Amino acid sequence: MRLHLRGDGSIERMSVYIVRRLLQAVVVILVMSILVFAGVFMIGDPSEILISDDADQEERQRLVKSLGLHLPFYMQYLRFLGRAVHGDLGSSFVFNEPALLLILDRMPATLELAFSALLLAIVFGIPLGMWAGLKPDSLASKSIMAGSIFGFSLPTFWVGIMIIMIFAVILGWLPSGGRGETRDLFGVPVSFLTWDGLEHLVLPAVNLALLKISLAIRLTRAGTREVIHQDYVKFARAKGLRTSRIILVHVLKNILIPVITVLGLEFGSLIAFSVVTETVFAWPGMGKLIIDSINLLDRPVVVAYLMITVCMFIIINLVVDILYSVLDPRVRLQDVKG
Amino acid sequence: MVSNTPTLQVEDLKTYFYTKAGVAKAVDGVSFSVAKGEVMGLVGESGSGKTVTGFSIIGLVDPPGKIAGGRILFDGEDITSADGERMRRLRGRRIAMIFQDPMMTLNPVLRIDTQMIEAVQAHDKVDRQTAFERSRDALGQVGIPSPEERLKAYPHQFSGGMRQRVAIAIALLHKPDLIIADEPTTALDVTIQGQILYEVQKLCRERGMSLIWITHDLAVVAGLADSICVMYAGRIVETGTIADVIDRPLHPYTHGLIGSVPSHNKRGQPLAQIPGMAPSLLSMPQGCAFHPRCPRADDKCLVDPAMSTPRRPDHRVRCFHPHLEDAA
Amino acid sequence: MTAATDFKEVDAAVAEAPMVVKDQTPFRRFLSDFAESKVAVAGFFTFLIIVFIAILAPWISPTNPYDLATVDILDSRLEPGEKMMTGTVAWLGTDGLGRDMVSAMFYGLRISLGVGAVSGLIALCIGVCVGLASAYFGGRVDTIIMRIVDLQLSFPAILIALVLLATLGKGVDKIIIALIVVQWAYYARTVRGSALVERNKEYIEAATCLGLSHNRIVFRHLLPNVMPPLIVVGTVQVAHAIALEATLSFLGIGLPTTEPSLGLLISNGFEYMMSGKYWISIYPGVALLVTIVSINLVGDRLRDVLNPRLAR
Repeated sequence: MRLHLRGDGSIERMSVYIVRRLLQAVVVILVMSILVFAGVFMIGDPSEILISDDADQEERQRLVKSLGLHLPFYMQYLRFLGRAVHGDLGSSFVFNEPALLLILDRMPATLELAFSALLLAIVFGIPLGMWAGLKPDSLASKSIMAGSIFGFSLPTFWVGIMIIMIFAVILGWLPSGGRGETRDLFGVPVSFLTWDGLEHLVLPAVNLALLKISLAIRLTRAGTREVIHQDYVKFARAKGLRTSRIILVHVLKNILIPVITVLGLEFGSLIAFSVVTETVFAWPGMGKLIIDSINLLDRPVVVAYLMITVCMFIIINLVVDILYSVLDPRVRLQDVKG
Repeated sequence: MVSNTPTLQVEDLKTYFYTKAGVAKAVDGVSFSVAKGEVMGLVGESGSGKTVTGFSIIGLVDPPGKIAGGRILFDGEDITSADGERMRRLRGRRIAMIFQDPMMTLNPVLRIDTQMIEAVQAHDKVDRQTAFERSRDALGQVGIPSPEERLKAYPHQFSGGMRQRVAIAIALLHKPDLIIADEPTTALDVTIQGQILYEVQKLCRERGMSLIWITHDLAVVAGLADSICVMYAGRIVETGTIADVIDRPLHPYTHGLIGSVPSHNKRGQPLAQIPGMAPSLLSMPQGCAFHPRCPRADDKCLVDPAMSTPRRPDHRVRCFHPHLEDAA
Repeated sequence: MTAATDFKEVDAAVAEAPMVVKDQTPFRRFLSDFAESKVAVAGFFTFLIIVFIAILAPWISPTNPYDLATVDILDSRLEPGEKMMTGTVAWLGTDGLGRDMVSAMFYGLRISLGVGAVSGLIALCIGVCVGLASAYFGGRVDTIIMRIVDLQLSFPAILIALVLLATLGKGVDKIIIALIVVQWAYYARTVRGSALVERNKEYIEAATCLGLSHNRIVFRHLLPNVMPPLIVVGTVQVAHAIALEATLSFLGIGLPTTEPSLGLLISNGFEYMMSGKYWISIYPGVALLVTIVSINLVGDRLRDVLNPRLAR
């Protein structure tokens, strides 16, 4: 990939910005790791965390020695960090496998769910929001806004239960849980390539997406209402442009930037929220894993999940930040302060 | 064959805003006409209704505002209640508008070429390359150096003066019959102002376009226009040729405006000012809108004065006590 | 997409809009503006009813579902309307352990609202103090505090709650702490935003010139003017807190079973849904729903009414 220098220093500035943000991200990850480590290990007996409850006295002593639990805190942390960098985040008590592997195994399912939900939010939320913004006093718009209030009021788990009841139990159209057939795409199992897989994907994806669709609708509507009154829209009309062009090009492009960035940031929360949806729909993703692990007191998995999720979060934030400065030409060409 | 139809004829135009706090009569019975190739100055302070008049002509008055009465004749055709599509075809092609603040009139996230090419293609079925060339030529004509490169830039990369020139270039793309310029130089600094004034005037003269120059600054209009309309609180209070109105103003308000221009002042004497403030459009005084501030007012002024022509038929004034005694 | 928007469309009703009565105190005008939306008013009254139920639960419930002496396993899974062993009618049925749904819901509402209100209030106090301090003192203090706030806000509430509960364990106090931690940042940021705007206004300068103490300026001058957005955020946050607590309880990591909130009730009933005994899950769900929606309706209307930018 050749980097086309623009000759005005903008590419160089962008690179500096990216590097700076990356460094910041690393710092934040380290801080978070200390917090999580401290939280999990200090509140509560460290030996309880790493040693299964049903180990006997001798086991216990051996493990304490080998895991270094008798060492002072900072040394334990460093050992933890050292192992973490090598990908070893402990072994699950329940499955007897490395925690990291367990999580990575389940990640595709969660990501697939999250991406589908995001897609639904964009495809449905943005057009509906624009309509509500362009005709704020119409009946359609008022119903859309009322619907969006329901969308983010209703707790996700309740909606999940409801739609299972309606679509699976009463109407029997769609399955009530679990993941469908999967095919491998570049070595990663995905379920949207099969009809059965799609059937199983629909309800949980819609459930997860509901909150985000409401958010998208409200954001887009607010953005549209603001943009519509701007001078450049009036000027576009004064030029004699067709209304459709004005809406689809002038208005949309201005709205899209903040809306997409917010939705992008919300992607992280989609992954977090999948905890609920996966539990309700018995979808075998990371979220279900952690809830089960918390209930089964499988602490290494809990720690591993938290660390990984926090990292994913920070990476998502970073990517969205960069994306924002790429999309908005006003930001792109100035010196962006980290 | 030269047609005598004026490019624009406005008859008793009324544009009202229906707000929760009452009805604001932004434009309340305005009449004037602009001939082919004529440059008319529409002068007034903020709130006088001059901008709303401009928007009414081009059909961009948004709710809660609405044209409540009168007629607008463009080249003989009544466009007061023309439908959306008819107005859209006129806008940009035969009637163009230049706004006051060029930073916000150009869409900040779209490139200049996008915004100019779409203006071309909105009315002419040409391909992108042709539209691009027309845009480039138009930029060259308004004095923008290296237009090809500039086209690929974004609005915020231009200075204020340049942006306004781009707006003027866009206005000229289809060689409209009428340009409405709403305070186009107010947001620019003084040196640029003069340049743009001169260039716009030249372009209009060259192409026989009519121009309505809306401004609050008499001085700007004095060197530029052929005729002038002075507006106050939604009404025209005086109208006539530049020479008549500037040198021999009839209305006390015009008189006050000209007297308050600093260059008119003698050194060492305090600047002449018109006392008081313009009335709120929601609570207008009874009768002549200016009479609370007028040094010549009396009881007669509690009745609305009609337009009269005390001196010459094309120099009209709305006043019971015009300055008939002035000579220069 | 739609047919072209007609920009010349004028609402005929607008042309005949009546003039507003000008002599009203700001509060009365606020009330009348608020009341323009009948939906919001309905929401407000609904919420009032719910609050009453919650407060009076022990006195108005048909039974005490947690008094083990009166709960009989033979009563379990009765359909709505059937009679229980003690003779009382279970209007909304009974759950798997024989508890009357109506009573369980009333008590559940009490707990859900209680937890939501307590955590909301404490988070509000903390957030307001932090936000005001941050805006008032500015400079370094402001930057550091806002960095922390932004950091926390960039993580979804549920994740933070998960982290906290995984480390702290179960218990009412732990849940409340988790809810507080999740909420304070919103308050802090909102308050700081408005306080910054207000701080630059002249009356603050005047108060400083008069030599008033920091405390006095902040609490008696700045705070009242920062209230409107705070009220809006507050209502929405309370709704979120209630929803979050319900979610956590549903997942089994929230309130312990000794304090059954609506979330737990719903979770308990989930397993019975497939066999058609829907009432065990549905009715608590509806109660939860009505609570949250009514709060959100009120909050939404408040936001529209108190937002100066949208004034037409």
